[in-house]
Amino acid sequence: MQLATIILAQLINGITLGGMYALIALGYTLVYGILLMINFAHSELFMSGAFVGLGVMTLLTSSTVASRVPALAPAQHFFAGSTFGIVCMLLIAFFVSMVVVGFEGVITERFAYRPLRHAPRLAPLISSVGVSLFLQNAVLLWISAGQVPFPNPLGQSTLFSIGGVDVSLLKVVIVVTAVVLLIALDTFISRSRLGKSMRATSQDREAAGLMGIDVNMSITAAFFIGPALGAVAGMFSGMYYGSVVYNMGFLPGIKAFTAAVLGGIGNLRGAMLGGFVLGIAEALASGFISTGYKDVIAFAILILVLIFRPGGLLGESVVEKV
Amino acid sequence: MDIDAQTGKAKASPLKISLYTLLALAVIITPLVFEGYGWLFVPHIMALIGLYVMLALGLNIVVGFAGLLDLGYIAFYAIGAYSGVVVGAWALTHAPKLGPWIYFLMIPVAAATAALTGIVLGIPVLRLRGDYLAIVTLGFGEIVRIIITNDAFGLTNGAAGLPRAGQFIPSPFGLDWLQSHVWFPISALGRNFTLQIDNNVYWYYIIVLLCLLTIFVVRRLDQSRLGRSWAALREDEVAAASVGVSVMQTKLWAFSLGALWGGIAGLTFANFQQFVSPESFTFMESVFVVCTIVIGGMGSISGAIVGAVIIQGIPQMIQGLAAAGKLQGVGIDPATATVIANYRFLVFGLFMVIMMAWRPQGLLPSKRRAAELKPESPEIADVESEQLYDAQHDAAHPGVDE
Repeated sequence: MQLATIILAQLINGITLGGMYALIALGYTLVYGILLMINFAHSELFMSGAFVGLGVMTLLTSSTVASRVPALAPAQHFFAGSTFGIVCMLLIAFFVSMVVVGFEGVITERFAYRPLRHAPRLAPLISSVGVSLFLQNAVLLWISAGQVPFPNPLGQSTLFSIGGVDVSLLKVVIVVTAVVLLIALDTFISRSRLGKSMRATSQDREAAGLMGIDVNMSITAAFFIGPALGAVAGMFSGMYYGSVVYNMGFLPGIKAFTAAVLGGIGNLRGAMLGGFVLGIAEALASGFISTGYKDVIAFAILILVLIFRPGGLLGESVVEKV
Repeated sequence: MDIDAQTGKAKASPLKISLYTLLALAVIITPLVFEGYGWLFVPHIMALIGLYVMLALGLNIVVGFAGLLDLGYIAFYAIGAYSGVVVGAWALTHAPKLGPWIYFLMIPVAAATAALTGIVLGIPVLRLRGDYLAIVTLGFGEIVRIIITNDAFGLTNGAAGLPRAGQFIPSPFGLDWLQSHVWFPISALGRNFTLQIDNNVYWYYIIVLLCLLTIFVVRRLDQSRLGRSWAALREDEVAAASVGVSVMQTKLWAFSLGALWGGIAGLTFANFQQFVSPESFTFMESVFVVCTIVIGGMGSISGAIVGAVIIQGIPQMIQGLAAAGKLQGVGIDPATATVIANYRFLVFGLFMVIMMAWRPQGLLPSKRRAAELKPESPEIADVESEQLYDAQHDAAHPGVDE
């Protein structure tokens, strides 16, 4: 293969990976922007998104389910019968997964973080590690301790080819969905009333409260939207890699956090940019240097960016408080 | 508390003395009793708790004293373990005459390598604040683990770990001799036991000694000029700098001293396990060490010990008991025991959440940290409103002096 082809192939892989990182990174950055806390449980919400989606898809397609619940058989016939059916099934799976995981995020905030609003800075961090342990072990004990195969209803079909590189339908769907969701979120945050109150809350929680903004509502919204986007990334990750496992969230989780910091944490567009930059850098590194060291490259980029541009790529320089 | 009139130090009450004596006896005797009884996993777990105490106290210098959140502390543990083991293996082949002395070469190498890495990492990254520092150290921890896994420079033997086949990790004096010469037959409770000093018990006592040394050093550090500088930095960096605390130097001291302790603990861990592999140095381990000091109470020595017992002791003990089939004795059948062992981390996660909601400052918080000035704390708010009142009062009644 020619050099240009390899670069192109890795770029396409990188953009796909970057789309997933960007979706996860938004969850970190939304929460950090408002509460100044690292939500370690976010990577587990991403993981549970994949599992919830898997559950819904199994319910809608599996023949064993149909034999137990005959009422579902006609529905399954519809979902398996045509392209339209498959698209409907995927949309339902994504929707259910987003809603369930979104509420999971809200419940986590309500019970694990809200009591700690005025506690020392490290307390919510430890609490989020606890939630993370709980969710991982819940999946390990109640679902599976090993790899679970994840279906890819879109198939391995190639949508188009550029420069001798085949681009699969799945990759295009991942990137397009990610971009659409990112634009939708950006519009929501900058235009809508709730988005405005979320921005106000992240600037100054106390002042926002005094201005009559429902601070708790803003925080709850952040904890719903972030995990819901993470759930989408979780499902894409399952479809892309073909399997899911209880600890699948860890590595993408810290990398997405890296992406959020890379772009300037608390900054939504920064998180998107950081996700794509990190994904592309990682794909190129694994293509040209070594797959074993691709994670080192991700973290090395992070350290260099923080040392030379501590605010991240798009972050504003932080004024020291005296 | 009684104060001694002559020395000005707090007198220890008889109750306290007897409590400490009991504790000391328990620390010394418990592993022997269980070893003799055949519950070999108990001294093993107690040694692991001891290692966690060392790690927690080392990290306490960085997080508890200097207020720098380090999420990659386990990297120094790994660096200490690997550098010591590599040097030990080298010395065994090139200078076998040194024998048990090799261990005393490994210790300073492990400590120095870890401390130097701490300085080299610290110089660029300690300028970062708060969470940024946390993320950079997290990245550093992962980089170290990945480099070890990829067998960098052919030194670490990758995922297979060290020592390589046919090599071993040199021990200090006495272990071989004790293992082959010292054993006591004991008859108690109608059974005959043989008490032998094995690897677990031997390293347990070394770890206890190292813990005592760590506690001594950490206490002295806390009360030293450096310790006061750390407290000043932690409370208000700008104010500390303005009264002449050298910010960078003070932070570097904390970072490298913490790293040094991590390095020593790492080598001890390698010696105790007689094996090191990158699996022991994952990010979750770093997080667990942070949890140890937060649950125990930041900046507090007794807190670190209690935290280590909770974080390392309870889950390990449950697993140890279940694996050794000892839960049958209390009427729990093996199937239930396995379930209990499997659920330990699930329950542990819940416990961490509840613990933070119930007592976010930790079980045994340090008194000095509790006295820290915080603008939100009620006392300061009171003082401020009183001053405000006084000022208004003075303005309203000029010249009136009560």
